[in-house]
Amino acid sequence: MKAIVYVTLKPSVLDPQGKAIHHSVESLGFDNIGDIRQGKYFEIALDESVSEADARSAVERIAKDVLANPVIEDYRVEIA
Amino acid sequence: MKFGVIVFPGSNCDHDAYHVVSKHVGQPVDFVWHQETDLSGYDAVIVPGGFSYGDYLRAGALARFSPVMKAIKDFAAEGKFVFGICNGFQILCEAGLLPGALMRNAGLHFVCKHINLRLESANTPFTSEVDPAKVLSIPIAHAEGNYTCDDATYNSLEENGQIVFRYCDENGGITAAANPNGARANIAGICNLDRNVLGMMPHPERACEEMLGSNDGRDIFRSLTKAIAQIETAA
Repeated sequence: MKAIVYVTLKPSVLDPQGKAIHHSVESLGFDNIGDIRQGKYFEIALDESVSEADARSAVERIAKDVLANPVIEDYRVEIA
Repeated sequence: MKFGVIVFPGSNCDHDAYHVVSKHVGQPVDFVWHQETDLSGYDAVIVPGGFSYGDYLRAGALARFSPVMKAIKDFAAEGKFVFGICNGFQILCEAGLLPGALMRNAGLHFVCKHINLRLESANTPFTSEVDPAKVLSIPIAHAEGNYTCDDATYNSLEENGQIVFRYCDENGGITAAANPNGARANIAGICNLDRNVLGMMPHPERACEEMLGSNDGRDIFRSLTKAIAQIETAA
């Protein structure tokens, strides 16, 4: 079983890296881009024997305690 | 009186901190490897600058899980002194010993230069000997020093006098131009509610010798030494 975790900056937090990427994209001639925000993507492999409910609760905890900093980031867990 | 300097894989200001404590503060000091779980025998620990765990995931995020961090939490809860500098500040925020977080600099650059610093609170064991009227010259060297927190946290920092240092211009003015990294309200350093944990992005351990351009950092180490001596006298 595989879990996917997306970590994104909270909407209220400025993203200087996303802004720099945005500038680069504009320099390519894309002048209709509203905003670009950068995030992180994690693939977590779990034993096949783990139930989906257990996998979700384990990965939620991993996301909350390690992968994301709740002060500035949100996260979303998907079980694939 | 004894100081400990915590060493993580990737710490690189540990020797600077050790040098200042042994040479300028003139007190016994040990390097403490991050696997250590016992900090009894120390009065203050310095969590030094550097790139613990290569700044992987987020600056300070993985150091938080080193065994010594549990010991540092207990140490702080006992009222002993914890001083995080640069990456040390990032680690203390990640570990929840200080509120808020340090994000990528607003200008994206790694900024390495002397900056001006204004003392906002002399009411800490780290700053009692710092002259509040003086603009301090202390270097910064970081890419993630952009202090951020939500409004509720900011208001409580203000109300409780936990903002200890702010970036300023040469006259002590708190201006946007004097802010090197986009930190909220020019915040350069904060302490916890109990005032025994301080985190700051600037490097006072690199400003303790005239030949390095400034010795303004000494007053911070002198304050800490005095605070420890007072506790020892009272005991």
